[in-house]
Amino acid sequence: MFGLDKKDATLLVIVAILTLCAPFLLNPFPSESALAQFNAGYPDLMQRFVIFGIFAIGFNILFGLTGYLSFGHAAFLGVGSYSAVWMFKLLSMNVIPAIILSVVVAGLFSLLIGFISLRRSGIYFSILTLAFAQMSFNLAYSVLTPITNGETGLQLTLNDPRILGQSATADGSIPVTSLFGLEMRSTYELVMGPWAFQFNAGYYLCAVIMVLAFYMSIRIFRSPFGLMLRAIKSNQTRMSYTGLNPKPYTLAAFVISGMYAGLAGGLMASMDPLAGAERMQWTASGEVVLMTILGGAGTLIGPVLGAGFIKYFENIFSKINDTVLHSWFSFMPDGLENLVVMLVYPFIGKGWHLTLGLMFMMVVIFLPGGLVEGGQRIRRLFRRKDDTPAAKTEPAE
Amino acid sequence: MSKLNLTRRGVIKTGAAAGTALAMPTILTAGSHAGFTNAPTGSSVTLGFNVPQTGPYAEEGMDELRAQELAVQHLNGEGDGGMMNTFSSKALKGNGILGKKVEFVTGDTQTKSDAARASAKSMIEKDGAIMVNGGSSSGVAIAVQGLCQEAGIIFMAGLTHSNDTTGKDKKANGFRHFFNGYMSAAALAPVLKSAYGDDRQAYHLTADYTWGWTQQESIAAATEAMGWNTVNNVLTPLASTDFSSYIAPVLNSGADVLVLNHYGGNMVNSLTNAIQFGLRDKMVNGKKFEIVVPLYSELMAAGAGENVQGVIGSMNWNWQLQDAGSKAFVKSFGEKYGRPPSNSAHTCYVQTLLYADACERAGTFNPCGVGEALEGFDFDGLGNGPTSYRADDHQCFKDVLVMKGKENPTNEYDTLEIVEVTPRAQVEYAPDHPMFAGGQLGACNPGA
Repeated sequence: MFGLDKKDATLLVIVAILTLCAPFLLNPFPSESALAQFNAGYPDLMQRFVIFGIFAIGFNILFGLTGYLSFGHAAFLGVGSYSAVWMFKLLSMNVIPAIILSVVVAGLFSLLIGFISLRRSGIYFSILTLAFAQMSFNLAYSVLTPITNGETGLQLTLNDPRILGQSATADGSIPVTSLFGLEMRSTYELVMGPWAFQFNAGYYLCAVIMVLAFYMSIRIFRSPFGLMLRAIKSNQTRMSYTGLNPKPYTLAAFVISGMYAGLAGGLMASMDPLAGAERMQWTASGEVVLMTILGGAGTLIGPVLGAGFIKYFENIFSKINDTVLHSWFSFMPDGLENLVVMLVYPFIGKGWHLTLGLMFMMVVIFLPGGLVEGGQRIRRLFRRKDDTPAAKTEPAE
Repeated sequence: MSKLNLTRRGVIKTGAAAGTALAMPTILTAGSHAGFTNAPTGSSVTLGFNVPQTGPYAEEGMDELRAQELAVQHLNGEGDGGMMNTFSSKALKGNGILGKKVEFVTGDTQTKSDAARASAKSMIEKDGAIMVNGGSSSGVAIAVQGLCQEAGIIFMAGLTHSNDTTGKDKKANGFRHFFNGYMSAAALAPVLKSAYGDDRQAYHLTADYTWGWTQQESIAAATEAMGWNTVNNVLTPLASTDFSSYIAPVLNSGADVLVLNHYGGNMVNSLTNAIQFGLRDKMVNGKKFEIVVPLYSELMAAGAGENVQGVIGSMNWNWQLQDAGSKAFVKSFGEKYGRPPSNSAHTCYVQTLLYADACERAGTFNPCGVGEALEGFDFDGLGNGPTSYRADDHQCFKDVLVMKGKENPTNEYDTLEIVEVTPRAQVEYAPDHPMFAGGQLGACNPGA
């Protein structure tokens, strides 16, 4: 189906079904129950899941296939966001031109940075990309403030021209982003007994784009071009000796993954029309590296899982405060309750970084292949007996 | 390389997936619930407290959170009621808001606009918050104010001192109790003149975002009007932690006053660096070198220790004020947390009470009704003397305190002393003042 073999097609269909049903899957707990704290099925977080999924998928095309570790990918995300917001300010509130421009600008920007950075490989390449990203971040704060509005972030105002749209709506507020009239923020709430599920237009736009991006990434992985990229990863010197110049391939991979990042940035701005320079900070670049490694670098689904995992921690664990903890453990006697809360407290709330760090260490030490390897091990555990015949049909790569 | 193999099952699967995808928009456009965003349906109402718990303003954020928790207690009729007893409006009865028990959710803004919006969005979309309060850093406050306007809920700004919050970025759904850069400048100028004379060379170090820019502009304008000269203005990134490289050039610039347009952790570090460089022991142009910190806070003063001694700045409120409201608030805050509240804690506490009171007086949680109740509202007994919420820009007008670092502090909280209480008339300005022009409130948005 779609030019994919059966295994990949199944994976694509599974991903498509998971993203389409996400509002149900992420809201397993009734909204009034104590466990509702762990529900993640609200539009903003679901949008973040798929947008960072796109970002990580793109990053994986570069890192997973060629092995080139870019530490500056957030710069492309930031550039994409800024271009999209400028499109909303100048042209119209339709998301299509904004997304197209953000992909194009990020592509051009990555072409420039890639052309320079790819003269080196290994750690030197990483440092070069990191330097460029930090440079973009600092420029956004200082020299480029007329374009980026510095620390305040680029925002829409009532005075923006918006040539093809309107500067302000009839009731005097800033128009909202839309896809040909379908407002990105419009949400349909489905109440089924104690459960409430939210279906958000913006989320479904992002989800459809993510499924497309995922499909493209499968095609790249399985194409001769993808094979060439793998060759670069396994032995670049040997590849040069056979008379192939690896540079055009790495540059192409770099630009493609830069465009993915720009797409993610454009979508982020389309969901919430604000662009801040902190999106370009090195921590943001590091985050996508974490996502990819946590999920499983070089695997198709890994980066998406990693993105979801990190964003879940950031948004759900960071919101558990000591009041919530006390309500959980209120069944215990007073002294014990305080002790338990005191022990758990450093790992939740603002301590979510600590929990995430520990998880990351565990994954790297015990599951070097990331969450995907974890999944494979569990599967192997259950079907140890009929494991052998499947291996035979695997084509050699 | 690829071959299209159509199977019956494959076609059905694809068709079903495509059909679902195409049908989605039609389902989504079906109108959602009527009324306004997050209208409370049960026996409780949820407020969102969005404060920095990490980053350079974390200290302020944690103190705001303490005050907000205290305000919720008082609204629910627990504790001693604090400033509800001295508040001139008697609409609050200590049974929650409009009979609904007040609950709250908290979030971490990380002192970043992006993170703040994500956290505010999750409060609105997931937890059903009807109002968001908080936001240290004006950049964050402006970003969250814009979000609340779009989402259709009320934003009660916490610690935000930029002129833009109620100037060019003002929004119909946003309200600010805290004072701003212009008011600080208007209050400080006369005190600076009498303390340091009218012939000074000022060097500005400014946090590079909306608050720094507007405060620097205000201070420069006010001091130049009385005869000072602005030698230079250097912008520093908010994320900086070491300011030595910015301090060194001050020594050779011929300036004899250093104005630190910094706040929170930034100010603690830059002031400490300046003292380490021995700036305050220098004599320049025949005058003693002085440092001014236009926006002060107790937490910063505590962080900077003895370095603040003799340094002049301004504040919105201080726990040493002796009116009934301040005393009641300091008492109940002190009893709960064992320390006096900071002025950021005060403004968040007051904003929470003001919101609750406006709901009671309006008889609804609808943001438009609440907004109307707050616009032009005159009140007293909340620690700042007679105060009013101006309808034109949703800014509160009240007296401003000019503070000085105490030379001989008696305990760790006794770091600042009140030099002067600048009367409200002296810090007032027209809504279309050039420093505040360029924005529109727009219409109130009830969402949904």
